[in-house]
Amino acid sequence: MKWTRWLLLPLMLALAAGLGYTVLSLPDQAHGLQGAVADQLEKSGVSNPVTAVLLNFRGYDTLLEMVVLTLALLGVWSFGALPAVRTEPAPGAVLETLTRFLVPLLVLVAAYLLWAGAHAPGGAFQAGAVLGAAGVLWILTFGRLQHGFARRLLRVALVAGVTAFLAVAVLTLQTGRQLLEYPPALAGSLILLIEAVATVSIGVTLAMLFLGAEPTDKE
Amino acid sequence: METMTPLAWTFDLLLGLGLLWIAWRALASPDLFKAIVLFIAFGLFMAMVWVRLSAPDVALAEAAIGAGLTGALLMAALARLGNE
Amino acid sequence: MSVPFLYALVGIGLFCLGFHALIVRDHLLRKILAINVMGSGVFLVLVALARRGGDSPPDPVPHAMVITGIVVAVSATALALRLMLKVKVATGRAELADKDGD
Repeated sequence: MKWTRWLLLPLMLALAAGLGYTVLSLPDQAHGLQGAVADQLEKSGVSNPVTAVLLNFRGYDTLLEMVVLTLALLGVWSFGALPAVRTEPAPGAVLETLTRFLVPLLVLVAAYLLWAGAHAPGGAFQAGAVLGAAGVLWILTFGRLQHGFARRLLRVALVAGVTAFLAVAVLTLQTGRQLLEYPPALAGSLILLIEAVATVSIGVTLAMLFLGAEPTDKE
Repeated sequence: METMTPLAWTFDLLLGLGLLWIAWRALASPDLFKAIVLFIAFGLFMAMVWVRLSAPDVALAEAAIGAGLTGALLMAALARLGNE
Repeated sequence: MSVPFLYALVGIGLFCLGFHALIVRDHLLRKILAINVMGSGVFLVLVALARRGGDSPPDPVPHAMVITGIVVAVSATALALRLMLKVKVATGRAELADKDGD
């Protein structure tokens, strides 16, 4: 059925043309939701509008997103052991020294991004990604997690983000408010608390996704 | 809309065309390793585009997750793929 | 044509490039790369169209949606790569072959 291959390119061009025409026929100036967000920004507890949308106005989406991350990790872990890499090169002294120097720096950068997310670009996901990068660097250099990383602590760290977010959600329901409607006086602190736990959780989840399988007792 | 200087417009045009070109090269490259490296570079180009579109939070997330972590995942998978 | 529409068109181009590569390529890793490029194209259209407010700051809701989308995309990529390795172990090759030998 080789003739269908020749049909693909014109179809793609037609799709591109149709989508392009649709986009270009949108109005030139469109006032979106920035006005509505700016009006409620003082009551949201943070002054960065993207963080306010992510953690307060659309907090439910962020909760579900963290559940998606955990579900993906569950899926990866459910496949069992990975096919082995043929040769594991031993890290040289330069790489080991660099990793030992860089990982604490990365943790510091993650903490800064977490704190700065309230008033500047940053936030839980960016900080969690930097933490995940630190974990990936560690795994690449040493090939395993240190024995100090107990399995129970790992599992607690993985679920802590979703648990903390759910706990806050249930608390808001119990005190008579809507789901995830923070009291305006506490909103800033609640957001920081959720973001802090979520950062650790996201970082550990991303590093575990890179590892690809459940860490066994040998590692 | 702020006044668009021709220089800024040319920069945006070149950035957009460069983005399309590097995506095409990444998808059409016969060598998988090169394709993944080009994909990581594509992620970094995207981070620049996000900055140009006044989306610094998205730029941070894209540079860390989209370029960095996805690239690491793809490289690890490629290593385990080629050794069977 | 203003900046938002330029980048929106680039996003559409990326989406179609990725879609074409997804259909044409056989190797699973290339298909995963193609899906990621498609996702990036969609995110580009979203954020570009959020920039149409003129002198006012950009609309933060699409930014939040795209950050969520980037994280979900990396989770899906990790799961897809693990599936690809499983397919390689089970069938011996990481490509999808058509039954007609196309």
